[in-house]
Amino acid sequence: MLLSTVVLAGLGLISGLGLAVAARVFAVQTDPRREKIAEALPGANCGGCGYAGCNDFAGAVARGEAQPDGCPVCDNAAASAVASIMGLAIEEKERRVAMVMCQGTRERSVDRFRYNGMASCGSAALLGGGPKSCAYGCLGLGDCQAACSFGAIEMTEDGIARIIPQRCTGCGRCVEACPKDLIRLVPESATIHVLCSNKDKGPAAKKACLAACIGCKKCEKTAGAEHILVEDFLARVNYDDPPTDPALVDECAMGCIVVVDLKAGGSARTNEEAA
Amino acid sequence: VKFKGGIHPRYRKTTAGSPTRTMPLLERYVVPLSQHLGAPGKLIVAKGDLVARGQALSEAAGFVSAPVHAPTSGKVAGVKAFPHPFGNVQEAVEIEADGEDRWAEGVGKRGDWRGMDPGELKGVLQQAGLVGMGGATFPTHVKLSPPKEKPIDTFILNAAECEPYLTSDHRLMLERPREVLEGVGLFMRVLGVAKGYVGIEDNKLDALEAMKAACPPDLDLEFVALETKYPQGSEKHLIVALTGRKVPPGGLPMDVGCLVQNVATALASYEAVEKGIPLIERVATVTGEAVKEPSNVLFRVGTPLEKLIGFCGGLSEDVGKIIFGGPMMGVGQFTLDVPLIKGTSGILCLREGEVEQFQAGPCIRCGNCVDACPMGLVPSVLGVQAERGRFAEMEDYHVLDCIECGSCAYVCPSRRPLVQLFRRGKAELRQLKRKAS
Repeated sequence: MLLSTVVLAGLGLISGLGLAVAARVFAVQTDPRREKIAEALPGANCGGCGYAGCNDFAGAVARGEAQPDGCPVCDNAAASAVASIMGLAIEEKERRVAMVMCQGTRERSVDRFRYNGMASCGSAALLGGGPKSCAYGCLGLGDCQAACSFGAIEMTEDGIARIIPQRCTGCGRCVEACPKDLIRLVPESATIHVLCSNKDKGPAAKKACLAACIGCKKCEKTAGAEHILVEDFLARVNYDDPPTDPALVDECAMGCIVVVDLKAGGSARTNEEAA
Repeated sequence: VKFKGGIHPRYRKTTAGSPTRTMPLLERYVVPLSQHLGAPGKLIVAKGDLVARGQALSEAAGFVSAPVHAPTSGKVAGVKAFPHPFGNVQEAVEIEADGEDRWAEGVGKRGDWRGMDPGELKGVLQQAGLVGMGGATFPTHVKLSPPKEKPIDTFILNAAECEPYLTSDHRLMLERPREVLEGVGLFMRVLGVAKGYVGIEDNKLDALEAMKAACPPDLDLEFVALETKYPQGSEKHLIVALTGRKVPPGGLPMDVGCLVQNVATALASYEAVEKGIPLIERVATVTGEAVKEPSNVLFRVGTPLEKLIGFCGGLSEDVGKIIFGGPMMGVGQFTLDVPLIKGTSGILCLREGEVEQFQAGPCIRCGNCVDACPMGLVPSVLGVQAERGRFAEMEDYHVLDCIECGSCAYVCPSRRPLVQLFRRGKAELRQLKRKAS
């Protein structure tokens, strides 16, 4: 009894000493800032920064390889928290929100054929561009939804993707996932948007979709080319200097131009009456 | 020799017994500039030009390219985007026929392939816009120009016609065997090959007999009856069946000294050399229960699909699907405005009831697809990888060796769109490689 107690206690003591020595000798040097940064990050591991998750990004910031405001999901407070851990200051950045530049619902842009295959936009697009009449429009099979780590994208019943601005973090994963390049990251304060990506000439565009930009340039003339520019028969908002006049909505005969108040959590499609 | 895997679909070659019919001249043709693999041809006519039958409308843009020719004489009504059988819209030349059907100058110059050298023959084939007419539409002169380090010792005529429904090659062999075989001789002369095989599935032994009887005495050809099994007409499987040689993964027939051409291509090449006629017409099987008079039809390239269907009595009311090519590898069409092109070997019209609208289920790991795959791949695993977006892993599982024959999808009890999944994987791999380089 006594012997076994002594042997066990001795064994414990020796192993304990061994561990204590090993912990000193083989200690891995970590940057204490790395852990703090990781705590300040959202922890969604979305990959929007280009690193393999939040921890990897934190390490990169601590090593000075990445900028403290490199996380697209962080708001200004979180980004400055990261920066202050590093003893840096950052410029305030405006929140960016993803927006699907398409209003081509099933009723507006009818399917050319019945698609019965893999439920993925990328796969459908390989079949002559997909079933949609509009070669540029949203296929509605949800590749962006699958890519979104924040549940910020829903597929509407009428067959296109819609971003929920409150949930969107602007990480940009959906922008990469969309085979039709329909999604743009826009500043939260911008209110006027052209929700179309069709580059066909007028008549062809009209045939493809009831809510297609026909490139008539009326909006460009009214707002000025520095705010809205028509190129390849498609009007595009210059989000570095977006237009602000809500009257532009009435200029568009096709109903492509919409007013969306993203800060108030406005939905990306609020133009049912106009179109 | 037999190959592993493959399937036995119902063949339904109902048009095998009916002679080929010729379509009358139409008022309008639409000739797409891109009817082949490779760069689209460069347009050399403009709106308003008068063209004659067989006149070139475009010229090859590079080595892997082919010109297209006017199917009849008339006026160029326009050059614009038209629906294309590949599912998109592509630039095409619209021709309003003048009804005279006058040949272009220089067309119809007769030659004798026995007296021509290989380079000259290849030049004629290139000028005539010859492409593989089995469906892949690879420019023939390119295929006939293997690199020096890959010598060819065996020519193979692919007369398997393993796709269900299709009988156009079968009819050509019955009706014009001598011309097809002269085309084979021409190919063998280009390649400098003495030995050739003609591989025919044993469900058309009458064609085998007709070809044997018509063989010119100066050709050393072996006529072989092959097991009727899909995909017997795949180059790699045909080569194994005839010569026992195995094309290595990622390799081409030329890696084992073989070169394969299809029956219609042989005939068109003969016509190009002996009669000086470019590739402006071909035979396709118009078939399926949804077309009123199924038959094999000789039509001019650029014929709108609607006209061909009309020539065959029109569609039944319950038509559900129209496919260019056969049911296994063909491409579904959604408009009758598409023109017929050089690679159109069949037009299959199915009734609504024959087209199954199914919901694909999850893979149940039954392994049927593994048994069916003639390439020895594991479609079940590849399918799951594609579904989950693990495209880079698909390369390790040799998705690039997939010939897209559809045997796996045919046997899948879960109705999984396996070929589509693999095509997606291949497309993504191409993209990854482009990004890497």
